[in-house]
Amino acid sequence: MSVQPFLIAAAGLFSIGIYGILVRRNVVMVLLSIELILNAVNINFVVFNAMLGDALLQGQIFTIFIITIAAAEVGIGLAIVLMLFRNRKTANIDEFDLLKW
Amino acid sequence: MVNINSISFLAEGKATYTDGGAVAEYTWLIVVLPFLAALLITFFGKFLPLKGAEIALATIGFIFTFSSYLLYLNITEGVASEFFINVGSIGSFDLEFGWVVDGLSIMMYFVVGTVASLVFIYATNYMQGEVRYTFFFTSLTLFAGSMLVLVSSPTLLQLLIGWELVGVCSYLLIGHYWEKKENSSAAMKAFITNKIADVGLMIGIIVLALSTGTMRISEILYQSTHDYQSLKSVAYLAGVLLFIGAMGKSAQFPLHVWLPDAMAGPTPVSALMHAATMVTAGVYLLARMFPFYQGMASQALDVVLLFGVITLFAAGLIAIVQDDLKKVLAYSTVSQLGYMVAAIGSGAYTAALFHLWTHAFFKALLFLGAGSVIHAVHSNSMKEMGGLRKEMPRTYTTFILGTIALAGLPPLAGFFSKDEILASLNHGGYSAYFAIAVAGAFITAFYMTRAVVLTFFGDYRGNGHPHESDSMMTTPLIVLAGFAITAGWVNIPGIYTGFTDWVTTRKNPIVEYHPESFDYFALSSGLLAGLAGIGLAYYVYQVLGKPEDGDEKIKVEPVWNILENKYYLDDFYFKYIINPTKSTLSNIVDRFNTNILDRAVNMFGTAATFLGNIVYEKFDQGGIDKALNVSSSSTDALGARVKLLQTGKAQQYIMYFLSGVIVISLLILLVL
Amino acid sequence: MEALDIISYFLLLGLLLVAVKVVTTSNVIHAAISLVFTLAITAATFLLLSAEFVALVIVLVYIGAVIVLFLFGIMITRAPLGQNAELDNDKNKSLALVVSLSIFGIFSYVMLDTFDSQIIITSGTSTELLGEILLSRFVFPFEVVSFVLLAALIGGITLARQDNALMDENQI
Repeated sequence: MSVQPFLIAAAGLFSIGIYGILVRRNVVMVLLSIELILNAVNINFVVFNAMLGDALLQGQIFTIFIITIAAAEVGIGLAIVLMLFRNRKTANIDEFDLLKW
Repeated sequence: MVNINSISFLAEGKATYTDGGAVAEYTWLIVVLPFLAALLITFFGKFLPLKGAEIALATIGFIFTFSSYLLYLNITEGVASEFFINVGSIGSFDLEFGWVVDGLSIMMYFVVGTVASLVFIYATNYMQGEVRYTFFFTSLTLFAGSMLVLVSSPTLLQLLIGWELVGVCSYLLIGHYWEKKENSSAAMKAFITNKIADVGLMIGIIVLALSTGTMRISEILYQSTHDYQSLKSVAYLAGVLLFIGAMGKSAQFPLHVWLPDAMAGPTPVSALMHAATMVTAGVYLLARMFPFYQGMASQALDVVLLFGVITLFAAGLIAIVQDDLKKVLAYSTVSQLGYMVAAIGSGAYTAALFHLWTHAFFKALLFLGAGSVIHAVHSNSMKEMGGLRKEMPRTYTTFILGTIALAGLPPLAGFFSKDEILASLNHGGYSAYFAIAVAGAFITAFYMTRAVVLTFFGDYRGNGHPHESDSMMTTPLIVLAGFAITAGWVNIPGIYTGFTDWVTTRKNPIVEYHPESFDYFALSSGLLAGLAGIGLAYYVYQVLGKPEDGDEKIKVEPVWNILENKYYLDDFYFKYIINPTKSTLSNIVDRFNTNILDRAVNMFGTAATFLGNIVYEKFDQGGIDKALNVSSSSTDALGARVKLLQTGKAQQYIMYFLSGVIVISLLILLVL
Repeated sequence: MEALDIISYFLLLGLLLVAVKVVTTSNVIHAAISLVFTLAITAATFLLLSAEFVALVIVLVYIGAVIVLFLFGIMITRAPLGQNAELDNDKNKSLALVVSLSIFGIFSYVMLDTFDSQIIITSGTSTELLGEILLSRFVFPFEVVSFVLLAALIGGITLARQDNALMDENQI
């Protein structure tokens, strides 16, 4: 199999994730989009691993790490969202503009 | 710089005189020192124990010693030299200052030194407790310096400077008690009257300078005795003009009006300036220029003689009706100055100077004595005096001596000098003037005796407790009385005429008549007139009853009124000269000043303000400030716009970031 | 192998479609479930690429835990369940579209330009080998990541903790 379709798919996933970050109004949806991006990166790593025939399986190992980190990040992120919700009673990302000028 | 004059005409005149040697070279000290001393007194006088008087006394003491030594030199050897310092030139005229050391100047130095020393000592006590004590001594010292500048001047320019300086000091001193309006008015009157006369002096100096081409007095005199045509044509005019100047300073009729009013000043001032020194400046000028008058301007001498005689008579008459003791003495001074001027007018150089010499001493004595009386009685008016010979014996004695000297009784000083003047008038053939002068002697004796009786005889009419003044005031009186007695013995015709030798020791010779012996006609006329005056006055005022009633007995109403109003001369001046000047001339000048001069100045100010405003608004505010403001406000506006980028919305931030990434990666991909 | 190619094309296409549903749907639950599907297809792709362990990890950890966490988050933040028209920020849409498409373009161009090789098909990855490498060569990052997890755990608990005094009745 050629490697290119996979790469293009990963790129597409990445840009879809970007679109989601920029467009979604709910904080949780944004986090969801971030997961998409991470996922795209995972695909890239595994594809390269397969392409290179790495004896050390570095791509896969790194993918595991990314998944782990993503999990941790989601945990923290949702904790923050919870706090935000407690304070503002809303999950609308437009409401959280306290760093405004 | 300094050059000792050695023009060949030294050989003329008296054969035996020297140039005075080193002492003469240093005579400038006595001219310059008073000015230095005045400066010192101004700045340090207040801190000294005697409040500056000690500096003045030291200075005048030095002057006295120096001038005495110069006199001694003149008596023994004869001194005649002059020194010049060239300070530049205007056109063809050299500006020179310097000092003269010859017989005439030495005599003047001695008179100034002696009388001023005694007056200074007297004033130290008399002015004790008065206002501006230190400034008084500054002015007195300045005056001494100015008078010495005047009498030591070898050029007409320096003479004029000294003349004006003396006028200024007179103004300062007369107006010492300027808190009262009449005192400051009197000072103003003195100054302005002198100034009017000075116009004549200045024009005369200009005429002389232009026609002779020099300002040096000795050269002008040389030209006058050697028949220089350019000078001869203007000689009469110059002579009269110079005399007009002398009229102001020496209080000749009709410019005498300032002298009686000048009695508003303190008595030591009157004694020094208006008896012995300042008023004699006019006589000094005539004496200094005598070769000129003799040689070329002898018609001018007729004018001089006329005014002198008028003055001596008219002033004497007014003195009779005065109630103020100092005013009597003031008019007496005017009258005696008339005698001196008349003497010059009749060609008697020595007689005039001799009378100046003796008059200085006994008039100063009389003034200081009057000061002593006034100090004790606290009033100038003779109506509040009387019977003071018991309480003030020393003042009384010295005053009597002064009176006798003034009246001209032998062997006191006034006798010899007045006699010489009468003799000269007689010799010159001026019989009418001679008669008037003799009448003047009668009047002099009369009013002086009247004054003495009203002051010292009878009963005390005042309210206070008069007592004798202390020794610092009476000692000068005694010394001056000594001079009043002996000063006349230096020029006794036929026996000892040392004074004549002294004052004729000059570079330019003096041509005059020197009597070999007494002119007995003149002598007896004068003596009789004097005795008659004394006798009549004593009879009227003392013998006939109370002194204060004496006036009634001799009063002839219309004449008395004219005399009391001073011949209405002051009223005439006010009505026809002062008031028109004050109203019209002053108004014109004032309007010129306000409208033209002030307006010009204001216009400058307005223009400057206007220009300044423009610069401020356009350049500073509009230009520089605006640039600054614009830069700051534009930065502000830019910032206000840019800050809008920071919305606080994370999605937008990500948007910007990604846009940047896209742009950069495009750049890299396409360009590189 | 053509069969694998076709399968992979289908999978990838499906992946993209589902991913698009994630970001465009107006129903949050649908979005979360679409993510599940995305991850599932990703796991399938990994299987295709001989990375079995990773695929399993994705299924277990990602789908099993993370998505559940997400669903919890959605519930807690009272996201409106069901269709909600306000879910998208309409102002940004066009610009976001442009941006994402440009990023896609750039990435794909770079990838296509750089990589041109073939995938090596193997019989699978030995899990034993993976474990060995993980714990010998990559033990340090392994430990660090575990610390990160620990920190995240503690942090999460701390952040989400409630003070009883401040608690409102309406809060959970």
